[in-house]
Amino acid sequence: MQKTIKGKAHVFGPNIDTDQIYPGRYLELTRPEDIAAHALEGADPNFMRGMAPGDIVVSERNFGCGSSREHAAIALKHAQVGAVVAESFARIFFRNAINLGVPLMVVPGIASKVFPGDELEVDLAEGKVQNLTKKEMYRGEQLADHVLEILAHGGIKPIFRKRLSREL
Amino acid sequence: MRWLHALEKILSRAAGKKEVRAGEIVNAKVDLAEVNDLYLQVISSFCEMGGTKVWDPEKVAFVLDHYAPAPSIKSAANQKKMREFVWEQGIPHLFDINAGVCHQVMPEAGLVWPGMLLVATDSHTTTHGAFGAFGTGVGATDLATILISGELWFRVPEVIKIRLEGELQPGTMAKDVVLYLISELGTDGAVYKAIEYTGPTVAAMSVAERMVICNMAVEMGAKTSYIRPDKKTLVYIKKHSKRDPVVFDTDPAYQYSDYHSFDVSNLEPQVALPHSVDKSVPISAAPAVKANQCFIGTCTGGRVEDFAIAAKILAGKRIHSQTRLVVIPASQQVLLECMKLGYIQSLIEAGATISTPGCGPCLGAHEGVLAPGEVCVSASNRNFPGRMGSTEASIYLTSPATVAATALAGVLTDPRAVL
Ligand code: SF4
Repeated sequence: MQKTIKGKAHVFGPNIDTDQIYPGRYLELTRPEDIAAHALEGADPNFMRGMAPGDIVVSERNFGCGSSREHAAIALKHAQVGAVVAESFARIFFRNAINLGVPLMVVPGIASKVFPGDELEVDLAEGKVQNLTKKEMYRGEQLADHVLEILAHGGIKPIFRKRLSREL
Repeated sequence: MRWLHALEKILSRAAGKKEVRAGEIVNAKVDLAEVNDLYLQVISSFCEMGGTKVWDPEKVAFVLDHYAPAPSIKSAANQKKMREFVWEQGIPHLFDINAGVCHQVMPEAGLVWPGMLLVATDSHTTTHGAFGAFGTGVGATDLATILISGELWFRVPEVIKIRLEGELQPGTMAKDVVLYLISELGTDGAVYKAIEYTGPTVAAMSVAERMVICNMAVEMGAKTSYIRPDKKTLVYIKKHSKRDPVVFDTDPAYQYSDYHSFDVSNLEPQVALPHSVDKSVPISAAPAVKANQCFIGTCTGGRVEDFAIAAKILAGKRIHSQTRLVVIPASQQVLLECMKLGYIQSLIEAGATISTPGCGPCLGAHEGVLAPGEVCVSASNRNFPGRMGSTEASIYLTSPATVAATALAGVLTDPRAVL
């Protein structure tokens, strides 16, 4: 995991549920690139056309609420979203994203300060976001060391794979 | 010394630590990990990570409830793979398609007890707070890591205390209480936090009623919920399990992160309007919509008490000719009990469609999904667009009593008028 993540902001409203992040009608898809093609389609059908790898999803409160489907986090991961920065996250989505190695940060009030297209730099270890376009800095909540470590390994699966191969 | 909540004591025990504090992340040993039939992904993640043997088969349960019995070739194939995994791993707790909804089946089977840490691939695992258990829902990969290691990382939650006082009016049920609480506190009122229910109203509630308010705590975003076990809880536990329950006490000076108090003595039956669980209004303020389907069932509204009041309202009568009433007991035991008590007979004679125990149409899989433009008045717990079938259908969430009264009249009806 890089220390900071730089990308263009895509701004969303409150309560973006997992159905908007990954519509249920695509649940039978299994290839990561096919899943990624529908990332955030329910909230913005043009999202994938306008995004570049490393771009940052910014949202109001309760991002990832609703069904606990892991496809939502899988879609964002393989769409190569750099990080998701929201005013708050629904708990199961938060865990799924961390487990898959998708960086997240809680930043109070961020959605009203950032405009779509602003260049952002997210510093996970420090718990802050720089808005390079507006020359502003927003303080977020620092992730726990345990969570940072999972992200540093690219998710929980590589950690377990390593652990189990060592035990063998 | 710091003052601890009972939930913190549960996590301390499970983490093997003297004390844990809110906000801290701990690795805790899980007492029971449950997987339902929506989550074949658990097995894929398990294999992907190199898992070969489940850490402790005795502490694992598989419940085939969402697609029971299988409505499609795909769900049949998923269930087939799950059964094969269960048999291969020597997991003793397989609840197949004849058992019922996991949150009803597990306590009945004696797998839930006060002070335990229970993790399942289902958000409504908060239900088990009714037994003084720490129950919480996770995704597939999390559950797979438990199957390998027996542990999971947890952020120790802050606790919100909700005190309820006042006697409920006849015709007003636990479901009405929790719908009202959700409308007051919002769908993100308790994100990352635990909700503890206390007060005389809670003390007067049956175990089944407590399960209802704990079940829907997750609709406020709660990670878990909790009711201090009392005599009623212990009687239930004794009846269903061989365990000697240990009840952890919350220290008297424990600091709750928030406190709310509600008097429910004048509470009217509530209706959560489409398409959000927090859009509740008293039934007197709800529109008299025509109900195409009425549904009594699920882990929220499918217990013996729920069919008792429905049978009371409908016995010797006929449901309206332009509606249909789908009745699905939450478990086989509930079904048997309701048959013994004559409720099922009364409901069938009143015109109900009875289906086999399980989730039924609750998440739109089968057994009564909705057509575009249809309205369902439901005793279940979620009314998001498309939850029970077509995205152009509307779901009104109410108590089982209100569903029964509505089935009788064909339009959304206050059960107090027919009781
Ligand atoms: S009954 Fe409904 S809410 Fe309960 S576990 Fe089944 S699908 Fe989920």
